[in-house]
Formats: sequence, C-alpha cells, structure tokens
Amino acid sequence: MTENAPPPPSEPPVIDVRGLCTRFGTAVVHDNVDLSVNVGEIFALVGGSGSGKSTLLREIILLQRPASGSIRVFGEEIVGLSDERALPLRRRWGVMFERGALFSELTVAENVGMVLAEHTALPSRLIREVAAVKIALTGLPADAGRKYPSELSGGMRKRASLARALALDPELLFLDEPTAGLDPLSASGIDELVLGLRNGLGLTIMMVTHDLDLMWRTADRVAVLGHGHIVGVGSMPELSHSEHPLIRQYFHGPRGRAALEQTWNQK
Amino acid sequence: MNPFASAQLTVVPPSSAAVASELRCSGAWSVQTIANLESRLAEVRWPPSGDIVVDGSALTALDTSGAWLLHRTIRRCTADGCVVRTQGFRAEFAALLALLASHEIDAESVVARPSPWLARVGRRAWYLVAGTHGYLAFVGESALALLGSLRHPSRLRWRPILHNIETAGVDALLITGLLSFLMGIVIAYQGADQLQRFGANIFVVDLVALAMLRELSPLLTAIIIAGRSGSAYAAQIGTMKVTEEIDALRTIGVGAQELLVIPKVCALLVVLPLLTVYTDVMGVLGGMVMARMKLDVGFDLFVDRLDDAVQLSSYGTGLAKAPVFAMIIALVGCYRGFQVGGSAESVGTQTTLSVVQSIFLVILTDALFSIVFLWLDL
Repeated sequence: MTENAPPPPSEPPVIDVRGLCTRFGTAVVHDNVDLSVNVGEIFALVGGSGSGKSTLLREIILLQRPASGSIRVFGEEIVGLSDERALPLRRRWGVMFERGALFSELTVAENVGMVLAEHTALPSRLIREVAAVKIALTGLPADAGRKYPSELSGGMRKRASLARALALDPELLFLDEPTAGLDPLSASGIDELVLGLRNGLGLTIMMVTHDLDLMWRTADRVAVLGHGHIVGVGSMPELSHSEHPLIRQYFHGPRGRAALEQTWNQK
Repeated sequence: MNPFASAQLTVVPPSSAAVASELRCSGAWSVQTIANLESRLAEVRWPPSGDIVVDGSALTALDTSGAWLLHRTIRRCTADGCVVRTQGFRAEFAALLALLASHEIDAESVVARPSPWLARVGRRAWYLVAGTHGYLAFVGESALALLGSLRHPSRLRWRPILHNIETAGVDALLITGLLSFLMGIVIAYQGADQLQRFGANIFVVDLVALAMLRELSPLLTAIIIAGRSGSAYAAQIGTMKVTEEIDALRTIGVGAQELLVIPKVCALLVVLPLLTVYTDVMGVLGGMVMARMKLDVGFDLFVDRLDDAVQLSSYGTGLAKAPVFAMIIALVGCYRGFQVGGSAESVGTQTTLSVVQSIFLVILTDALFSIVFLWLDL
C-alpha cells in the first residue's frame, strides 16, 4: 500500500521464525508458528487480545525465551543466546515500547544520548548533536529535548521513545502498538513517520498493532495470529479477501470496514 | 556491509598549513566509527571563501550520525561564505543528507541549561517554605477528614483499618518483641557491673523497668514501625500516584484522604500503644533473664521489686507517647507518598525521606516530652 514496493525477497529474511512453541504452564500460546520478515519491509503482526503477539515480539527481541523452535535474526539463531553474544545484535535493532518506557529521571535528549554514550566512543558534544538529530527526525520540536517524559503528551512520548530506538541507527525497528492510545491526528502522524523512516533510512520495521488504519497505510505484509497459529499472511488487500473466519472477523468488523472505506476514498 | 569498518577522511591538499579545497570521504561513516573523525574535521582549515568539493564516491555506508557530521561541516562552511558542492554520493546517501538538511536541528536547544546559583538557592529556600506549608495543609486536611469520619462513624472504612492493623501490628509482633527483649538484656547487662560494685543488685529492676517503660520501649517501637510501615505507606501512595490511581479515586468521588490516610492513621493509633505495652513486657522479660543470670536476682524477687520500682505514672508517661508517635509516622508516610512526582526515582526519594523525617520527628518529640514531663514533675 505504499509507493515504494518492497524489494523482492532475494536477500535472506531479516527475521525468520520456525516452528516456534510457547507455553505458560499448561496454556499454549504459540503452537508451531512460522514467520519471516524481509529486508526493507514494513511487517505488521495482528491478532486479538491474548493471541500472543506481544509475547512473540518479546521472544524476538530476547526478552523472553520460547519453549521450542528457532528464531533467526540477521541470520543468527537467537534462542538461548547469551547476553554477551546478543549484544552486537541488540545494537542492530531498536525497540519502541507501547508506553514509551522512557527513563523518567532523564530528559528526552538524555534518554537518546544515554544509548549513544553506552555503546559508542563519541564525544559528549557530538552525542548531544546526534540526539538532537534523532529528535528532529521523529518530528518532535527541538525544545522537547530538554523536557522530562512526564511533561510530554502521549504522542510526543511515543516519538521520543522512537528517537531513543533510533539512537544507534538500527537496521531493524520493532514497534509495539505504535498508535495505541493516540488521537486520530497524532496516530496519522505516526503513520507518516513510520513510512518516512522506512523510505528515508531504509529500515526494516516489524510492528505489533491493532490499528487497521495504520496497517492499510503502511504495512507491506500483515500476519494474523490466532489460536496459537499464523492464520494468514499477505498484503492488506489479499487478507481482506481471505475466507478464514478469524481474519474475516478481524477485517470485516464495523471498524475494519470503516478503515477499508477510508483507504479507498483516499485513493 | 561491515558496520565496524573504519571511516576515512582525506583532505586535499593534504598539508595542514594550506587551506582545504576538497574533502574525500571513504569507508563506513556510522555511529560506531566516526568518533575520531570529528576532531580531524575540527583541525581542517577552511578557506574563507571559494569552492569546496565534498566527494563521497568511496563511502560504503552512511548512517544518520555520519550524515550529521558531514551535514554540520557543510553547513558551517556555507555559513562562512563558501560554496560547497557534493559529488559522487550514492542516491540513498544523498537522500539522507537532503533529509537532514530539510530538518531544523539545533543541538543547543536540547540541553537543559543549569540555572545560576543564586536562583538555585532561592528555589531551594522556597521549596523548604512551600514544603512546610504543604505539610501543615496536609495535616489540616487529614484532621478535617478524620473529624468528618468521626462524626459519621458509618463512613469509617473498617476493612482497610483492620487490614492495616494486621500488617502494621500483628505482622510486626515478632520483630518488635525480639528487639525489645534483646534491649532489656543489653540494659541489664550494662548495668550489672556498676550495680554489683555497690552491692545494689536489686536495683537492676528499677534500671530495666524505668528505662524500658518510660523511654526505650515506645521509642524503639516507633522507630521500627516508621521503618516498616511508614515507608510502606509512602511507597504505596507514591506508586498509586505514578499510576494515576489517586486521580482515578478523585474522579470516582472518593477522597484519597478518606480511603488512604484515615485508615492508616486510625490503625496506627490503635496498634502503636498496643505494641508499646507488648514491648514493655518483652523488654522487662529480657531484663529478668539477664538479672537472674548475672546478678542472682530471681524471677520472684524481680517481680516483687517491680511493684515498688514502677509507679503507674512511669508506665503512663511511656504509653502516652505512643499515639503521638503513631500520628507522626502515619502522617509523614502518607504526606511523602502524596509528594511523589511522575518518576520512579521520586518514589524512592520520598520513601527514604518518609523514614528519615518520621524518625527525626519521633526523637524530637520524645525530647520535648521529656522537657514537659520534667516541668510537670512526672
């Protein structure tokens, strides 16, 4: 649904999940999930509440360990990877958390600068400048840099969190519910931002979202998670013609239809 | 692409004395590799005017940090009156440079400026004044809420009160009892040598009983409860403030005072005197054990002497302090909780403050009590 079609998947996928199983006690969250995300793609993972999308995301970013299966990121197997060996990988991806997860004791610029100070040898003046660049790239006004997270609105907090995720110029960006809790105007600002980042910085983006508008406007491919399986993968137009009851339920509910109509009206 | 390949910079002409006319960038200019480039760029002498060529044909990678360094250099030279031409950049690198050029980036505006020292001193002083005022206001509000509750006892929240009595009182029995038992042992032990020297063994009863009942047992209990429950109150209310639960209570129309503060104050008002009675007993028991071991004062002798040594007033003066200490601990803990700002660290700061301030106030009040009792000749 974007002007720049994703490149054909000639390169190996950035994220490759095979046969993933997750259990919490006796509850099976993922049962043999397969999934791959290609270079330069905006990939959305959707599913009802409790379908395990956030768990899947947490497993890919090494915050949680699956019961079995394989997850390869940048071609490297990450299940059971030690913290030490995971560090070079962690530097190559950035994560924006649902509620921002900004460090409340630091200003926005210090939040971004802290990542740079931890992982690079840049002098402190250059760190400040690079932090200012990231803050500007995420569309925040320059004076937001010296504010504390508690002084920001919800939308600005998400952008600040994104600026921190971009600090080390990652190749891969994870967004957890990038538009949740935002008004429509701020949400559509995030849509633009996600597209702009992919096109401007050549990022691969994987997001977990409920927002159908966001998916129609940005996602190249969408995977629907339900009953522990991936029940469908494809572009939004493909999925909207799917006959699977879960997908139909998701995309043809009243809100799904509204988002669809809006997308057609915009064309 | 190897992200750790070094970034290279060639200045033409290479002599550092001559002014530069061309800049050749090569290698990977990324956030990991540009650290040493900045100082090199700072050493380059730029011509006062004229043409500068920036060549990027040998660049293998460029991220936003590398692009910023280039962009900043170009911007500075342009501002000095030079004409900067870029050549040989790959399409995506040129796009990245254009992207940065399209944003207003002001590195200085992101840094919070520290205020001058006089302003900081003034602000500190004002915080102190405002803090005292806020504390008095809080005590006033709590008193009003308490009066309201007492006038309509049906509105008192019995369940939270009972719950607080359990957590602050029943659960603290072991630790307060043990500590005051040990305190009794220590006092008897310390006194034993001196008393033996005068053959006044029996006066160990006066020593232990008066010290424990009048001073140590109320003080010790208050300090333990300040550390145990006062800090818990501050942390609980503080966390509720961070998660906006206090605001939620307000919107539901439930006073935070009524639900959170009054039950805690009431519970401690009940618990602390009871605990003090209990620690009185435990402390004297400790003294009894030590007296028998070290001074040959048997239990029956000890109890006989106890009757003469302790007047009701000695017991009463100790016990009278407990409700006052309870008010101090509960109010300071709750007030500090309400002072929490939006951050995780401020929960920690205020919790620490609640313990420090309530112990300070408890000891201060204890000293005031001593002066008052001296006047009253109790």
